[in-house]
Amino acid sequence: MTIYADNAATTKMSRTAIDAMLPYFEHIYGNPSSLHTVGQNAAEALDEFRGTIAKTLGVTAQEIYFTSGGSESDNQAILTAARYGERKDKRHIISTAFEHHAVLHTLKKLEKQGYEIELLDVGPTGTITAEQVKNAIRFDTCLVTVMYANNEIGSVMPIAEIGKVCREHGVYFHTDAVQAVGHLPINIPEQNIDMLSLSAHKFHGPKGVGVLYVRRGIPVATLIEGGAQERGKRAGTENLAGIAGMTAALTEAVTNMEENNRKVQRLRDRLIEGLTKIPHSALNGDPVNRLPGNVHLCFEGIEGESLLLMLDEYGICASSGSACTSGSLDPSHVLLAIGRPHEIAHGSLRLSLSEENTDEDVDVMLEKIPEVVEYLRNMSPLWRDKVNGKKEFVL
Amino acid sequence: MALYSATVMDHFKNPRNVGVIEDADGVGEVGNAKCGDIMKIYLKIEDDIITDVKFETFGCGSAIASSSMATEMIKGKPLEDAMNLTNRAVAEALDGLPKHKLHCSVLAEEAIKVALKDYYDRHGIEYDPTVFPDCESCESCHL
Repeated sequence: MTIYADNAATTKMSRTAIDAMLPYFEHIYGNPSSLHTVGQNAAEALDEFRGTIAKTLGVTAQEIYFTSGGSESDNQAILTAARYGERKDKRHIISTAFEHHAVLHTLKKLEKQGYEIELLDVGPTGTITAEQVKNAIRFDTCLVTVMYANNEIGSVMPIAEIGKVCREHGVYFHTDAVQAVGHLPINIPEQNIDMLSLSAHKFHGPKGVGVLYVRRGIPVATLIEGGAQERGKRAGTENLAGIAGMTAALTEAVTNMEENNRKVQRLRDRLIEGLTKIPHSALNGDPVNRLPGNVHLCFEGIEGESLLLMLDEYGICASSGSACTSGSLDPSHVLLAIGRPHEIAHGSLRLSLSEENTDEDVDVMLEKIPEVVEYLRNMSPLWRDKVNGKKEFVL
Repeated sequence: MALYSATVMDHFKNPRNVGVIEDADGVGEVGNAKCGDIMKIYLKIEDDIITDVKFETFGCGSAIASSSMATEMIKGKPLEDAMNLTNRAVAEALDGLPKHKLHCSVLAEEAIKVALKDYYDRHGIEYDPTVFPDCESCESCHL
């Protein structure tokens, strides 16, 4: 039996999304740029999908740019603001210390080009306030980029409040909403969002396709040159089947959001309640403003990769912010940003649920995870030293 | 290709020689919590033969597998063999480790050497200090 609890990494495609894609491999296979009927049928479909996605997000079709996914959208949004800043002589960018690397690495690159990057402190629960953003905004700020919800620890940011502050100060606001779209209610105009990134495979759509929303009037910078697709802002023949799958998945996710969230949150809360009973463990992220499916904990005295491998033996697919899973010596930058010491950050576990998970899945996880934690602690010299009083407990 | 070989997974899932020897003749601990790896080796020695060996490890799958394999390779062997055990031999016996996990086999080699040094120190046996690792110089942990 497989218990898939890594939906923040990727999701299983829904049947609806798969079915929506199939005609675009077999029948409507044309290139939307072609003049003939086969091509024009594809172009019509593309228009329709763009319209549906725009409507779902509360925006217009002209503001939707199809991309290869979240990372590309993040890169393009940040570069768009940076080029604008260059023209206006504004080179100050505000972000947070626990963004996805698609944002952080892009900002790092801009820093080398002379931009000043200010990363706001996210505090112990992993959240920021609109007040922090307001205080950080300067006359030369060209962009505020804050993720909608954190991909590791699940904290949800006060996006509407941040959007309001940015709009009042005339500063562009981008949000990496990859973990939020399809899971949290989003209204782009009401939340004063200027740019938004999303990725289809996080809500049961296909991999390799996403959207960058850019508010009308903001001149979009181009990452990929070579054609007139996406109003000349993103060259490359459109991934029409992928866009079809994304549109179907998004519609389905938004339609069923309330019902799904009720179910997923209940499973999440059962897991959190049960797993935080493990001695010397701690929940990471905001306990209240939290993604419906996110469970993230640290267990003292053990290392996350061995925990994942053991859980995999029981068919439980999870994730960790441990250094050993990434190939670097440093554990998750997110856990370090919320102030977890290295030692504790190494022993982390993320379970990310979807509506496909069941109470039986939770029963198995609540039985196996404490067992595995205890097993690994029993072979850990670090744990023994803590139990024997030679080292102090941190959690 | 899977991240780990079948041998690594076998030693991870069914680690040999896990535990503590309360009256050990030599104990060696290397690594630190900050880096996410600690290995501790306990040796029981009679007539220059390692009659028993146990380990405790805080670390990833390959750290646990490396400890398990290394203890198997020195159990019942003369001290000299244990002294000559290289990290490369441990990694080879595991049918290879991913590049970024090779330091786990280094930790296993060093934990054994530190335990042997402890044995020599406790028993007033003379040795050449240059053959033992200096934990400060360990390149596998830069933190």
